Amino acid sequence: MKHTINELEDIASQVRRDIVRMVHACQSGHPGGSLGCADFFTALYFEVMNHSTDFTMDGKGEDLFFLSNGHISPVFYSVLARSGYFDISELATFRKLNSRLQGHPTTHEGLPGIRIASGSLGQGMSVAIGAAQAKKLNKDHSTVYVLLGDGELQEGQNWEAIMYAPHNKVDNLIASVDYNGQQIDGPTEKVLSLENLQAKFEAFGWHVINSDGNDMDSIVKALHYAKTLAGKGKPILNLMSTQMGAGVDFMMGSHKWHGVAPNDEQLATALAQLPSTLKDY
Amino acid sequence: MKKYTYTEKKDTRSGFGAGLLEAGKKNPEVVALCADLVGSLKMDAFIKEFPERFFQIGIAEANMIGIAAGLTIGGKVPFTGTFANFSTGRVYDQIRQSVAYSDKNVKICASHAGLTLGEDGATHQILEDIGLMKMLPGMTVINPCDYNQTKAATIAIAEHHGPVYLRFGRPVIPVFTDPDQKFEIGKAWMVNEGTDVTIIATGHMVWKAIEAGEKLAEMGIDAEIINIHTIKPLDEEAVLKSVKKTGCVVTCEEHNKFGGLGESVARLLSTELPTPQEFVAVNDSFGESGTPDQLMTKYGLDSINIIEAAQKVIKRAKK
Repeated sequence: MKHTINELEDIASQVRRDIVRMVHACQSGHPGGSLGCADFFTALYFEVMNHSTDFTMDGKGEDLFFLSNGHISPVFYSVLARSGYFDISELATFRKLNSRLQGHPTTHEGLPGIRIASGSLGQGMSVAIGAAQAKKLNKDHSTVYVLLGDGELQEGQNWEAIMYAPHNKVDNLIASVDYNGQQIDGPTEKVLSLENLQAKFEAFGWHVINSDGNDMDSIVKALHYAKTLAGKGKPILNLMSTQMGAGVDFMMGSHKWHGVAPNDEQLATALAQLPSTLKDY
Repeated sequence: MKKYTYTEKKDTRSGFGAGLLEAGKKNPEVVALCADLVGSLKMDAFIKEFPERFFQIGIAEANMIGIAAGLTIGGKVPFTGTFANFSTGRVYDQIRQSVAYSDKNVKICASHAGLTLGEDGATHQILEDIGLMKMLPGMTVINPCDYNQTKAATIAIAEHHGPVYLRFGRPVIPVFTDPDQKFEIGKAWMVNEGTDVTIIATGHMVWKAIEAGEKLAEMGIDAEIINIHTIKPLDEEAVLKSVKKTGCVVTCEEHNKFGGLGESVARLLSTELPTPQEFVAVNDSFGESGTPDQLMTKYGLDSINIIEAAQKVIKRAKK
């Protein structure tokens, strides 16, 4: 372990502060899913992945991460900055004119750490598969990670990719699903039911593991375990239960904070629940 | 009129297949992807030579574009292959976000473009693809005119960094360009110098423009014929230079008149050098089943249509 669980939890608390402050500052963006994935991103970038903040697009010899549900950009930007890809002061430019921190992640502005634009849903899994296959051709034994939203699985392209990866033994790929059961218009069970995701992925030929995405110990263990499954012939899916809005009580468990920014009072309430463990940007 | 002859007819898609093999030999990073149309795209030779550098995607074009974008991360130069309709309209958003906006070095190679796909009918005959692709910032759009030019273009785009849309076709057509040509992206080819009218043609329409030029010469009309193989970036200098001399222009393409080469030329001329122009193109219509020749005739894409357009535009220019 590079960090103790407590240390990782402290980092995640700061990441959550960044998220609500960024979204508050521009009065737009997506706090719910970002908060729900703060522990996952922290575990990935501070503990699990072998990566270099000296960014190159090709990332040869490094683990790579792709965000498919690009609207949770606040958590991505915060963790990239906190890992050292760029200065944390830049988080203040989120969603503002001339910023590298666009509403949805993009390579277009040259922000270190971003390798593909995402936002229009359903495309990240395919890109991650391509990057994983490039690694195989390059005899590069590192791992490719991708995060998908659960609602995003309603996009058909995912299922093309989910069918392709096992057939082609893309076993250097660890996908995680942010399984919070919520989407813009309400619970996924009401909007368009996902039914049994584990059975669906297994039927397509994936090795599925489960984790609690808001329990740092669970998510770290799951990702370390997932890595031991790499190279064994099957792509790996981490079905990760999360709470939208995790860490801020009034944002938790509802789709209502999917894409709404807190006002001044709500920001103060949220920050009071999130200890500042590193310096605020 | 400069004399053009041919000894054989070949399909431009076979030019792509030959070019892909060549590009693969030149650069070990070149990889190919196909959505269940290997035979139609003439990819067999590449697959035989480089089996580990070929990815059979199945009938899943969206996934193919995404995988191609991912393969560039790690330095690969992916060539995707399927019909033009499934290469563009079906996957527009995937190309827009994962390729063009993300500035990925993907070569989208599209066969069976236009009416000359023939009997399969309108579901497969895309006439809007040039427009779709040229509207994407940073996208290079190329529509070569015969086997040799398609082969040379395929080799050239492998050496060019950035997203490219390469459009070619199904039927066999005359092979009339130089087999050893050096293809220069964005550089027009002067097919015939003339003074009375500029005929600008792309793809399968270039040979028809040559046929038209020969007939026009018999009528005493000296046509300048330019092959614009690269629709974007357009060789503006070549177009303006020619039109300054002739004062009128006919554009010819196997594409909807909306959004194609003709509109690119019109945009240029309307701002730089307003000039009478006629469009030989499909008139905002879908295609239908039929032989390629029947369809080109029915939809007004024969050499006779170019001749009539030239006569008309010359009259307009003289007024």
